[in-house]
Amino acid sequence: MKVKYFAWVRERVGKAEETIEPPPNVRTVEELIAWLSGQGEAYAHAFEKPRVIRTAIDHAHVKSDAAIAGAREIAFFPPMTGG
Amino acid sequence: MTCPVTIRIQEGDFDIAREIALLTDSRTDIGAVVSFSGICRADEDSAKISALTLEHYPGMAEEEIRRHVDEATSRWPLNGVTVIHRVGRFMPGQNIVLVLTASQHRQAAFQAAEFLMDYLKTSAPFWKKEESAAGTGWVEAQARDDEAAARWTKS
Repeated sequence: MKVKYFAWVRERVGKAEETIEPPPNVRTVEELIAWLSGQGEAYAHAFEKPRVIRTAIDHAHVKSDAAIAGAREIAFFPPMTGG
Repeated sequence: MTCPVTIRIQEGDFDIAREIALLTDSRTDIGAVVSFSGICRADEDSAKISALTLEHYPGMAEEEIRRHVDEATSRWPLNGVTVIHRVGRFMPGQNIVLVLTASQHRQAAFQAAEFLMDYLKTSAPFWKKEESAAGTGWVEAQARDDEAAARWTKS
């Protein structure tokens, strides 16, 4: 699946997007964040406060218990500050 | 009633008079247009801001705004909505966002504009980075913005 990062999540991870293949036991957004956190220091830093991270699946906001099965694009970002 | 909707995310500036004219020209059913402009300001708490950079999530930003415009048009009798959000780097005094709502009467237009702005701030995927003498950093989300958006869900 394709993953995108925005704002300080993007800066901390060090890339704007990538394709990942999490193991099959990673089923929810929460589990995906935990798995990503284990992918190196940059990811651990980006996801050090998982409760702060907002997630969208296929351009729609989702909660941390949302299932990731079938997702084409998952995005992680801080709380929004537009307007 | 016809309710044309325009949603644009762009780097360039917008012309408020032109956007209002696009909504109202050749129509006689509109009695009220509310215009909200968000402008880059220099003073944020004690720090002087020298520039602001707006980042967005292309694709989702348009879709998220559209979802809230659709909700606004279902809640209020609107005759037209325009939302323009700029992205890029801005200096104090420059335009950032424009919301126009047109209706037969002012109340719906006022309320819908406020509703749209409250949701733009809390759920449209845009992020601000500030540059000031103190350094450069991402703007933190404000609890008061969440509270402002939450009041629209109260019965």
